[in-house]
Amino acid sequence: MSRPIIATTSLAGCFGCHMSFLDIDERILDLIELVEFNKSPIDDIKTFTKDCDIGLIEGGCCNTENIHILKEFRKKCKILISFGECAIMGGLPALRNDISVKECLAEAYLDGISTVNKEEILPNDEELPMILNKVYPCHEVVKMDYHLPGCPPRADLIWDVLHALILGTDVELPYEVVKYD
Amino acid sequence: MNNKVNFTIDDKECTSTSDKYIVEAARENGVYIPTLCNYDGVKPAGSCRVCTVKVNKRYLTACTTPIAEGMEIEVNTTDLQDFRNAVVELLFTEGNHFCPACEKSGNCELQALAYKFQIMAPRFPFQFNERYIDASNPKIYHDHNRCILCKRCIRVVKDDKGKSVFAFENRARQIRINFDSKLGEVLTDELAEKAMEVCPVGSILVKGKGFKDPIGTRKFDHTPIDKIVIPEKQNI
Repeated sequence: MSRPIIATTSLAGCFGCHMSFLDIDERILDLIELVEFNKSPIDDIKTFTKDCDIGLIEGGCCNTENIHILKEFRKKCKILISFGECAIMGGLPALRNDISVKECLAEAYLDGISTVNKEEILPNDEELPMILNKVYPCHEVVKMDYHLPGCPPRADLIWDVLHALILGTDVELPYEVVKYD
Repeated sequence: MNNKVNFTIDDKECTSTSDKYIVEAARENGVYIPTLCNYDGVKPAGSCRVCTVKVNKRYLTACTTPIAEGMEIEVNTTDLQDFRNAVVELLFTEGNHFCPACEKSGNCELQALAYKFQIMAPRFPFQFNERYIDASNPKIYHDHNRCILCKRCIRVVKDDKGKSVFAFENRARQIRINFDSKLGEVLTDELAEKAMEVCPVGSILVKGKGFKDPIGTRKFDHTPIDKIVIPEKQNI
């Protein structure tokens, strides 16, 4: 049997969850024996070259590009995992959720104390993704199979869950690994 | 008179006295019933429903129901556990609980229950309701994003004449806790500390006290809430 293939991405996240992934330390050597990586910042593969078994999603959806990538991951990956608070509930980017987009853009590009924007231009290039009305948790956009909470999720949690998924074993999570901060 | 009462919890024979509520009687017998709005020493409110148990096949809140002879109490059945999870998940989705940025994280009882139940993500959609932060008081912040309306502050924080500093305002979906602005202005340091301590979440905070305990040394970092309520007997 060929090795399971993992893909990872960071949507509206800070890459902290990926850093925590690297915190599995020397176990990463065991991991690369067990799996193969495809599209991921870890190996810098930018586009999917094949269908994958496990997709790890960091961050929620704050713009149209996030939605596009998340849907692509859903198509290409058999199992999708939200890892981190942002993917699960929007996280800190979702602090803007009770503020209108108009107000957010005005604060960032027009009214900010240090803003210099004499022409009063808001970013409108068609190359730029459109900002969404609010930040959405991943499972409100596509079906997510598992959720790993934490900011960031503890490295032990990521390892325990990945290891169990790859080997198809049951997992009993210790109290210390499920944390929301 | 406090009579001795016999009852069962999940088919285990238990005894207590008739002046206790079910939560207390269970604790005496080493059985943890999760609670959130309940606070030792004040009249129970039964507002959060986390302590719901089945007594003689009926759903009742264990914090407000006095124990009685012959009660058959169910606590840890699959449906009751699922019900409790649902209540906690509802609280997480109804308010704006950004745990990573909260000063109370690690010492929060709502979070501690979620840790205990190992809730990985709520089943309900997040509401992102519009709430506000009141920082007008010289001593405390009042963050309505995190308030779960448990009424603990109303019941516990009182001035020397017995007046509540906090109270409900509005009704139904607009309901929120607010403090009496006159009493709030003369709030003593002790009462402000007390208010922060009784708040199970990070809604009431004393200014300048946030993030006092480093990660790893906070109340629920290593010890689940049930082991704090009922410490394990130490081996001699």
